[in-house]
Amino acid sequence: MRRNQVAVVGAAETTELGVIPNMSQIQLHADAALNAIADAGLKLSDIDGIATAVETPQQIAHYLGITPTWVDGTSVGGCSFMLHVRHAAAAIEAGLCKTVLITHAESGKSMIGKLPRSTPPDSLNGQFEAPFGVYGPPSMFPIPVLRYMKTYGITHEQIAMVAVAQREWAAKNPRAMMKDPITVADVLNSRMIAYPFRLLQCCLVTDGGGALILTSADRAKDFPKKPVYILGTGESVETPMVSQMETFNSSRAFKVAGPTAFKEAGITHKDVNHLMIYDAFAHLPLFGLGDLGFMPHEETGKFIADGNTRPGGKLPLNTNGGGLSYMHSGMYGMYALQESVRQMRGIAPAQVKDAKISVCHGVGGMFAASGTIIFTNER
Amino acid sequence: MAEPARAKPKPTPETQHFWDGTQAGELRLQRCDACANVYFPPRPFCPSCASRKVSVFKASGKGKLYSYVINHRPAAPGFTPPYAIAVVELDEGPRMMSNIIDCPQTPEALELDMKLEVAFEKLDDKITLPLFRPAKG
Ligand SMILES: [Zn+2]
Repeated sequence: MRRNQVAVVGAAETTELGVIPNMSQIQLHADAALNAIADAGLKLSDIDGIATAVETPQQIAHYLGITPTWVDGTSVGGCSFMLHVRHAAAAIEAGLCKTVLITHAESGKSMIGKLPRSTPPDSLNGQFEAPFGVYGPPSMFPIPVLRYMKTYGITHEQIAMVAVAQREWAAKNPRAMMKDPITVADVLNSRMIAYPFRLLQCCLVTDGGGALILTSADRAKDFPKKPVYILGTGESVETPMVSQMETFNSSRAFKVAGPTAFKEAGITHKDVNHLMIYDAFAHLPLFGLGDLGFMPHEETGKFIADGNTRPGGKLPLNTNGGGLSYMHSGMYGMYALQESVRQMRGIAPAQVKDAKISVCHGVGGMFAASGTIIFTNER
Repeated sequence: MAEPARAKPKPTPETQHFWDGTQAGELRLQRCDACANVYFPPRPFCPSCASRKVSVFKASGKGKLYSYVINHRPAAPGFTPPYAIAVVELDEGPRMMSNIIDCPQTPEALELDMKLEVAFEKLDDKITLPLFRPAKG
């Protein structure tokens, strides 16, 4: 894909985040969509492309009253929205549509109008993982952690620092769910969930949503908000079964999506001013730093423990507080994208001064899928 | 009232040989006749070279502990926390999820790379699960 041909011209989260007992899941989609359309100064009738995940595009298009000429229902977990951005940019460049709306919402806490997730007993997961007691993401996502720690000499304290540094960012974000400062000792003394991970190393469970509007960069200058350009993109999938990953020392999907995006963007790691790495659990920023090529995996734990990613550090990471402290409705990728857009617009509550390039890296399932979007505010 | 039972696998045509194997006290894997790749989970072709000429064979049942969590909450139906959910690396190469029996479910007892051997746990007349225990000797 060519650089900077497509831009984000509308971006918004749901009016409320956290516990929203007065809205169903599709209404959360609509609330985010209407906020994003208002942000872009558009009408619903201007939208001719739609993408969403979990909920079907037909559900959301019909609920909003949109008749699209381009549709994407890619649903690969929490990074689906990174893939939607990539696909939408390609579609706009190819002339399949002009103005794309991407929506996410999840009634993750209140569970209103949300289908329960289930694993059929004759699926491969149902036959070869479910019988051994996996029960929700906390019992599955941390399974690679002990191997990763042993291979690279990473300590429990270093991984705890992921949660501590992100809480410092969350404290600067009025909309973050958890803002009180925490220490490494607080993390390591919090309730055990699935050893080696404790409560403060696991994401929040909340309600909310977000939406993005993309159009061609040539049109973008006529919109009310500062355009945020798509500089590079990447995507991949590996396996829906965490036990079947090629290795626990790395994510193959990360190693495809991340470098593809960097190559497309034509940048090096030194050019990155701001970084989002989807943190459903505290080990993901370590995997991301290594697999995206910021540093060898051996150095990821020390890099975070030394404070390089906290406020004032040289590589600001997860500046909204992340899935651990900002919010996590179940598919957090949209909120990571929203924070990258805020940073590129220069309006983030914890704004990184003069940031020009933001890398936003997502995961879907338990390392099952990955998408990376690199944004810039300069064309 | 019956205790809630653990999730029970339902074999498909492509996996039936595996579940027939565990019932017979064998851990069965597949090997590609063309490129000798050994793979899991079951499928009637080689995921490395796409050959449909593959053979089922009885694996050694030996392996080592690749990684695990000790799940505290929420516990799956049929499990009493804390319990370890492990990934075992088989001597033949493939890895599979399982549980470790005859071993305290603690970080001290569950040492990465410890040697394991398969043990079979019958759930009912149709399904026997492959679990693992610390290898003797
Ligand atoms: Zn082969």
